[in-house]
Amino acid sequence: MTRVTPVSAADVGEFAPRPGRAPIARMALAQVWMELKLMLRNGEQVLLSLIVPLGLLVVCTTIPFISVDAAEGERADFFVPGILALAIMSTAFTGQAIATGFDRQYGVLKRLGATPLPRSVLLLGKTGAVLVVELLQLVLLVTVGVALGWNPEGDPFSVLLLLAFGTAAFCGLAFLLAGALRAMTTLALANILWFVLLVFGGIVYPLSELGAAAGAFELLPSAALSTGLREVLQHGHVAPFKDLIVLGLWAVVSLTAAAATFRWE
Amino acid sequence: MVGLRPTLHAPRAADVAMPPEAPATPGDPGAAPALVIDGLVKRYGDRTAVGGVSLRLERARVLALLGPNGAGKTTTIETCIGFRRPDAGTVRVLGLDPRDDNAALRPRIGVMLQNGGVYQAARCGEMLRLVAAYAADPLDPDELLDRLGLTPVRNTPYRRLSGGQQQRLSLAMALVGRPEMVFLDEPTVGLDPQARHETWRIVEALRRDGVSVVLTTHDMEEAERLADDVVIVDHGQVIARGTADELIRGAAEREVRFQAPPGLDVVALGASLPEDCRVSEPAPGTYLVVGPVSPALVAAVAAWCAAHDVLLGGLQVKQRTLEDVFLELTGRELRA
Repeated sequence: MTRVTPVSAADVGEFAPRPGRAPIARMALAQVWMELKLMLRNGEQVLLSLIVPLGLLVVCTTIPFISVDAAEGERADFFVPGILALAIMSTAFTGQAIATGFDRQYGVLKRLGATPLPRSVLLLGKTGAVLVVELLQLVLLVTVGVALGWNPEGDPFSVLLLLAFGTAAFCGLAFLLAGALRAMTTLALANILWFVLLVFGGIVYPLSELGAAAGAFELLPSAALSTGLREVLQHGHVAPFKDLIVLGLWAVVSLTAAAATFRWE
Repeated sequence: MVGLRPTLHAPRAADVAMPPEAPATPGDPGAAPALVIDGLVKRYGDRTAVGGVSLRLERARVLALLGPNGAGKTTTIETCIGFRRPDAGTVRVLGLDPRDDNAALRPRIGVMLQNGGVYQAARCGEMLRLVAAYAADPLDPDELLDRLGLTPVRNTPYRRLSGGQQQRLSLAMALVGRPEMVFLDEPTVGLDPQARHETWRIVEALRRDGVSVVLTTHDMEEAERLADDVVIVDHGQVIARGTADELIRGAAEREVRFQAPPGLDVVALGASLPEDCRVSEPAPGTYLVVGPVSPALVAAVAAWCAAHDVLLGGLQVKQRTLEDVFLELTGRELRA
């Protein structure tokens, strides 16, 4: 057995063991930063999270082809809350599900399970990146909304509560899909469900247009989030208990189911 | 197959060379051996991937798990790093249970898996920096990239790296946290000769610096060159173990190969040679004598040929390699 001598004496000890886990905060920060870069680098993700909601907001508000119970100058009051709900859904559900599905398919989740990174921090990183993108969406949509004549009512705390519940519900659904299905199946389903939840979620037209079936559709997470946000931002009420309950139930059920069924590889 | 070649299993020199098992030291994991596997069994459905493997590796040594595809090498590694729960037997890595003490073990080991495990859109350098951020006192990612020749592609997304570059990044990810022990699953598959030699130099440097290494390979040269302990596995069983030298010497010292007209009576030839020589005709006209080779043996082969009016076409005395031993032990049929 031949042994190669080190190239120089300085090389000796370069791999001397000094194992240890970094502080949780440093790992979490690094993880959020990586996930965030990956999200913003992904063209489809940016399209879904930023371009589509912004485009819909501008089109729906300025072209009066959808009738809403708002005066001519107040169309933004109806559409901004709905589009905020759509933006949350795009990022926390569709984008998150697709990204996590492919991470799983490519063995990232499994591989990182052999590093010091705890799985909870891995998921924290994904959630943190979602929250940062949501903040970005919020700033953009609010700015454009105000430019379009939006005049928000209500208290910020109620809005944050609804956004938090909505994010939890959509993240739970995303992890449920991504942790159990093949990546391509997740991709297809996440896009189809996005469309269904958009169309039947009271986002670009009032749920009341659906007539007798409206009561059933109110139980969709997108509908609960959009009507809840509208109650606060358009009508100045506090966060409606019913919508919070609906979102909370979706969150608890989906996160519990995801925790039980999620396969890391 | 195992039972047919009893002589090959007799020299279990590694068992003798390794010190007797130290008493369990739960309070002092620093003193525990790098790896102790005792009777590991792992089944997938009704297929037994690992059927009772026992291994032991002391600190700062290199163990090569050598075996054909499907021998159970990867399953053994994945059990060591806590990905799989054994169906039977125990595994202790640095004195820790890979499943029950997983959180304590993970910062102390570095792992290189066969493929994937990297965000497809992540750039080479940023992926290594991410993994470095998990460690309390990591190596400098830039220096490591440089050492592995990855500096020119540091800003290239993972999915656009070549297979060899992906392999090298994977190795860097295993090392960046300054682990006490590394598991390298086929570290040199798909590498060009330069990268393969650099990987070997790194394994040698790890050993020199006190890191324990378990690697899997089906490259005999790699095992022969790097490993203190070689364990040959096949069909989920350990079929031979020892140092590369011991395995080569233990299996048979050398061989004599000669060419002559096909169809010679190998039994008669064998009978005229010293007792522990075996004669075979692996291909028509090519004969192989395996055993303790001496000048007298070569003379006896030549004398037998002369007595039978056989003209030798050529005769070579050759030191056997680990590859010869490996093929003899695991058979020559191709594996799926």
